[in-house]
Amino acid sequence: MSNTDQRGIVATTIDATNPSDMQELHSRRDARHERMFRWLLKGCALLVLAALLGAAGATLWGGRDAFATFGWHFLISDAWDPGNDVYGALVPVYGTLITSFIALLIAVPVSFGIAVYLSEVAPAWLRAPVASAIELLAGIPSIIYGMWGLFIFAPFFADHIKPWLTNNLGNQPDDGKLSWVAEHVPFIGKLFGSDYPFGASILVAGIVLAIMVIPFISSVMREVFQTVPTRLKESAYALGSSTWEVSWDIVLPYTRSAVIGGIFLGLGRALGETMAVTFVLGNAMNLSASLLDPGTSIASTIANQFSEAAGLQKSSLMALAFLLFVVTFIVLLIARLMLRRLASKEGR
Amino acid sequence: MNALYTRRLVTNAVAMTLSTLATLVGLAFLAWILWETLRQGIGAIDLKLFTKITAYGEDGGLLNSMVGSLIINFVGIAIATPIGVLAGTWLAEYANRTKLGETIRFLNDILLSAPSIVLGLFVYTIIVLPSTALTNGSTTFSGFAGGVALALIALPVIVRTTDEMLRLVPSTLREAALSLGVPQWKLTLQILIRAARSGIITGVLLALARISGETAPLLFTAFGNNYMAVNPMDKMSSLPQIIYQYANDPGEAMHALAWAGAFVITMFVLLLSLASRLILSRTKVSHD
Amino acid sequence: MLTTSRKNPIRLAAVASFAVASTFGMAAQATDITGAGSSFVYPVMSKWSASYAEQTGNRLNYQSVGSGAGIAQIKEGTIDFGASDAPMSAEDLQKFGLGQFPIVVGGIVPVVNIAGVEAGQVKLDGATLADIFLGKITNWNDPKIAALNSGLTLPAGKITVVHRSDGSGTSFNFTNFLSKVSPEWADKVKFGTAVDWPTGVGGKGNEGVSQYVRQIKGSIGYVEYAYAVKNKISWVNLKNAAGNVVEPTAETFAAAAATADWASAKDFNLIMTNAPGDNAWPITATTWMIMYKTPKNAGNSKVAFDFFKNALENGQKAAADLDYVALPPELVSQIEAYWAAEFKN
Repeated sequence: MSNTDQRGIVATTIDATNPSDMQELHSRRDARHERMFRWLLKGCALLVLAALLGAAGATLWGGRDAFATFGWHFLISDAWDPGNDVYGALVPVYGTLITSFIALLIAVPVSFGIAVYLSEVAPAWLRAPVASAIELLAGIPSIIYGMWGLFIFAPFFADHIKPWLTNNLGNQPDDGKLSWVAEHVPFIGKLFGSDYPFGASILVAGIVLAIMVIPFISSVMREVFQTVPTRLKESAYALGSSTWEVSWDIVLPYTRSAVIGGIFLGLGRALGETMAVTFVLGNAMNLSASLLDPGTSIASTIANQFSEAAGLQKSSLMALAFLLFVVTFIVLLIARLMLRRLASKEGR
Repeated sequence: MNALYTRRLVTNAVAMTLSTLATLVGLAFLAWILWETLRQGIGAIDLKLFTKITAYGEDGGLLNSMVGSLIINFVGIAIATPIGVLAGTWLAEYANRTKLGETIRFLNDILLSAPSIVLGLFVYTIIVLPSTALTNGSTTFSGFAGGVALALIALPVIVRTTDEMLRLVPSTLREAALSLGVPQWKLTLQILIRAARSGIITGVLLALARISGETAPLLFTAFGNNYMAVNPMDKMSSLPQIIYQYANDPGEAMHALAWAGAFVITMFVLLLSLASRLILSRTKVSHD
Repeated sequence: MLTTSRKNPIRLAAVASFAVASTFGMAAQATDITGAGSSFVYPVMSKWSASYAEQTGNRLNYQSVGSGAGIAQIKEGTIDFGASDAPMSAEDLQKFGLGQFPIVVGGIVPVVNIAGVEAGQVKLDGATLADIFLGKITNWNDPKIAALNSGLTLPAGKITVVHRSDGSGTSFNFTNFLSKVSPEWADKVKFGTAVDWPTGVGGKGNEGVSQYVRQIKGSIGYVEYAYAVKNKISWVNLKNAAGNVVEPTAETFAAAAATADWASAKDFNLIMTNAPGDNAWPITATTWMIMYKTPKNAGNSKVAFDFFKNALENGQKAAADLDYVALPPELVSQIEAYWAAEFKN
């Protein structure tokens, strides 16, 4: 197909009747398309990278004054005094971490239960409606979770659930007598002791976040459970496994990576949720050991104060936002390292 | 041996009961929240809600907010879906175990948990301020900027789910296509994405559900508008933003409007997800 | 069916253009102006802009993003006027070429939730109020409270303080009042849109505070007057600077506005709390409109001034309906003189 002319340049002539020429043409075109496609995909992935770096960079830039003024002390200080211009990130960071932890603690098992129910237990005609109903939880605006939490769930919690918790598990019971659990199990007393007479607290915020996060995790889990080849499941059943054993020992390991992905989706939502948490967390800038006391989170502090802030306060809020990126980075890193160790134990 | 067998039976029974209970708990909360939303908002749900624009007091509706929400959400999903699906595809097919792929996957997860208000402020800095300067103040806040902010929230969700769903497609499909001489790009576009379609649509729907309820990123990008606006370059109202506004009002009439607006958003997401499931169920891919 | 019409793009476009056409009714060359800032004035701004649009066809788009954000936006030139519950300093105004003037007056009231107590029954003075918010007085049967409330026995009970969790002009004015009447408050906490509250729990927005006060027995908080009225929470009567115990009403708010010394405040930079009048309510507040002296957009600026003139001269009834108080006529003439002198229009 190619020949060299007197100047030594390789020229290509195409002979349309030669099948190998046409093949060459087609494969070159395919290679070109292949390259273009690959560059398109890579470009989109790099856009994601750019978006993240841009957002994180913008917060770091906005927070440079705060970091310059307070230095490392910013991370461990629990002050937040706009009058005297002293700020510290400890209370919001703690609040974010603990509410997300509680949310995942509740949401992951419940989502797993829902996913198992929808893929194994429910009769076929019930699956689609219930699945749509659970996904509906994801469609409720976060501010409605906040309003429902503040106006309805928090009072209900304060009237019916909180007294039981403080009296039976807390270290400040109404009648003064500590329960057996509070006396003998360490830390429980402090975790559940509270003399605030209302419901907005870390635990309530964690529960509301859990409800918000469940549809994400369970949708992904359910979707992913359905991709397990029926061959695998049927082989296990043929050997006499029960439904639970198939779900736990066959389906879950097969889909583990995607399930973890779903959990990260939920974690991401929990860490960054602003509106709902602002309403039900109580917004108290105090570090308290009790889960039944109000607290604050990074996102709710920013949401509360950003529109009125200026100067060093605004910079501290941007610094808090940057810290959220850092906190997420660390949490995800730890999660990945744990997963890698699990995988290496299995020889992968 | 019987003891082991009984234990396995009991474990199975307990597990199945717990999973049913979990579903019931989830459904109970859903029913509770929906019922409260309906109860609080029922006073404001009438034809006026859908035909009049927002006005302070008892005569207002939510028409401009609904239209604005539709436009802004559409812009957001229209930007996020192609970029997200393509990025997720790259991660799953072309960079599955490479360093760059792992890094981008990791960073994508971090973007997932960015608070929405921060992303809104970022878009304010890169779109609203430059457009104010460039157009000399005639285009400042815009529905388009709001859409971009929402796209930044939806993007990592779509990337994540696309990535995971594609990786779950069995490699037998890939190998069969490659052995027939199908170039990789055709294989990816026409076979793999189609196989993972249900999962990818779930991801897009989850992202849409998430951005339909977001207020904070729209405050400094779309800004809000008391009047009807259909041009994406205009300031635009949106349902979550007006809900936030009215929820903070002293009057009961405005509260009822806020709850009614929330109900409308939820119903919209429900209808969309039902519609897409209906379309999908016609072309189900079996996994054998 | 609504869903099909919403999903059908053609029908949607038809509905949208019909709506657009109907709202564009009489405005052939209507100007649209934008304002943002304080949520304190959002209700009255909405009412005024609705009637203004009816009269002239010019539309005002006002969004309550918070006073600080309003100031930030006007500095960046993305809006035509900003609305702030806290006045800008003279240096700031100078630096950016801005001017400010008040537009409407409202009151902030302390509210309580005590069993058996109704609105206007409890009396407090500034110093006691500050001590409660400082956390020094913790029980309703404290002798200092009883001393101010002879004839009313308050049941013993823990006082839960409710403050604002978000930055707000309401907090600004309330803490400003506390700073004026309590040296300890002025020293420890100072005043601002957000402060380091010594005690208590934070509710988001006036609505959040109202909600908490309604839910928590024995609580005390502070909200804008409209919220206390509409949510039916019991407010507290206060002893003012002249030594009289006054109720929060339109008259006492107006008395505070009238007796405050506006003439000597450059750029109207005067915070009206603890006004000297006999009948003045001690926590009265106003909101300042902030605009460029040399406008960035002359047409919009002209329309904005026209709107404000309309509001100041004819907007009293709308303001009163929403539990605000219109500015006294002397102040209105002062403001119009300020416009003529400072703004190039």
